[in-house]
Amino acid sequence: MTEHTGASSSEGHAITLAINGIERQLQVHPWTTLLDLLREDLALTGTKKGCDHGQCGACTVLIDGVRINSCLTLAVMKDGAEITTVEGLATGTDLHPVQEAFIEHDAFQCGYCTPGQICSAVGLIKEGHAHNREEIRELMSGNICRCGAYTNIVDAIEDAMAQQNAGVPAQ
Amino acid sequence: MMRFSYQKPASVSEAAGLLAADPSAQIIAGGTNIVDLMKYDVTRPGTIIDINALELTGIAVNTEGSLVLGALATNAETAYHPDVVNGWPLLSSAILAGASAQLRNAATNGGNLLQRTRCYYFYDPSTPCNKRRPGSGCGALEGVNRIHAILGESENCIAVHPSDMCIALAALDAVVTVEGPSGKREIAFEDFHRLPGDIPEADNNLQRGEIITAITVPTNDFGQHHTYLKLRDRQSYAFALVSVAAAVKLDGDTLSEIRVAVGGVAHKPWRRKDVEAEFVGRPATRATFEAFAQALTAGATGHGQNDFKLELAPRAIVRALEQAAAGTPQSQTHKVIV
Repeated sequence: MTEHTGASSSEGHAITLAINGIERQLQVHPWTTLLDLLREDLALTGTKKGCDHGQCGACTVLIDGVRINSCLTLAVMKDGAEITTVEGLATGTDLHPVQEAFIEHDAFQCGYCTPGQICSAVGLIKEGHAHNREEIRELMSGNICRCGAYTNIVDAIEDAMAQQNAGVPAQ
Repeated sequence: MMRFSYQKPASVSEAAGLLAADPSAQIIAGGTNIVDLMKYDVTRPGTIIDINALELTGIAVNTEGSLVLGALATNAETAYHPDVVNGWPLLSSAILAGASAQLRNAATNGGNLLQRTRCYYFYDPSTPCNKRRPGSGCGALEGVNRIHAILGESENCIAVHPSDMCIALAALDAVVTVEGPSGKREIAFEDFHRLPGDIPEADNNLQRGEIITAITVPTNDFGQHHTYLKLRDRQSYAFALVSVAAAVKLDGDTLSEIRVAVGGVAHKPWRRKDVEAEFVGRPATRATFEAFAQALTAGATGHGQNDFKLELAPRAIVRALEQAAAGTPQSQTHKVIV
């Protein structure tokens, strides 16, 4: 891990990020958000820019397994971190159980919020604080779905959570 | 976003020195508020000081039984920490009433205290705002002010502090530890934030170069006699119109202690220890709570669109005190208010 202790620069900073399991050496400006880095520099356009202000959740990714809004995260601050985007959830051609559940339950309409919903749901299940539909709804409130697919989104997450609790191995 | 330079100091003293030496420098911790403010051009730091290398992430109970929260522990780590859930459930509840899971995972405890108001005029650089640009006027006073203050405001600013966590910390008599170029000091929570007065640009009493390092919350024996009641336009992921942190101690049916802090009504958590002292020894009845609510909100004034808060705030205080007295704290998941 590269530390920038004492460094002062408005130019590029050298950072290392493990993105979807691949380590990348990157030069980033301090004002580049993780979201813009993923989309504009690395062509990982699965992560969506919705509001760009932390209000919609479309940009949700996992940093070291924890879900956050990538639009409010400066890439330079995450040197050494492991980033997982929606592109990194599947194993080969095997979709992640949450992805499978979203298809099974038709948990989307236009699909724009879906990568954020799925990453958020993966984070939610890992956190382990949701035990019923009401708690899923409350702890998914940071992900807005303008099409209103909420009922099926909650169904999908409840199903994926139940599968995991039943011992179906999560990936 | 404006361009800025970036520093990552390795110690609190180095960070404080950098902050004190550069008037254009600002601290970043979780970033959930300052990055947003930079995108809106509300704030334009020349240098961002990333304090995430500092070892301020601890959550522990000290030998005196007080909860000591590191400034860099996240809101989520704090709310779900077993010591907090068991010993300071009011604090846990208030944190979980705020923001979204993603934001709580990134936002820090120190940053929660320092988040800025969500006043529409503060956030819009094309409008006047004495907090953003001192002397430019207050757009909210005669404007869109549904979310604004009814207590403690001045003709210069009617913004409210947006935090939920801070309302609980105010009720729980927290103490904020800060370190700066002139050393370390402790600030009682009621003295941390300030009313706008003639300098609405100052949200709090931090001096230049001072950094929050910890928040200490004394032990308490309220048990289940507490609640955090938050009223808002939608039931999750919205700022409070009015919120109430309440805790009581009962001796039979008599109040032996009563603490209430109110959010969404003022530039800082609204608490009156003089009013609380007057009500010790009174019966824990609805009539007492109604009298308390009137006393706590005495002098409140509306500004047009927020006139409803004049009625909503006292009613919320009464309801919260009934919940606290009954030992039935408001659930932050099951949103029905009983």
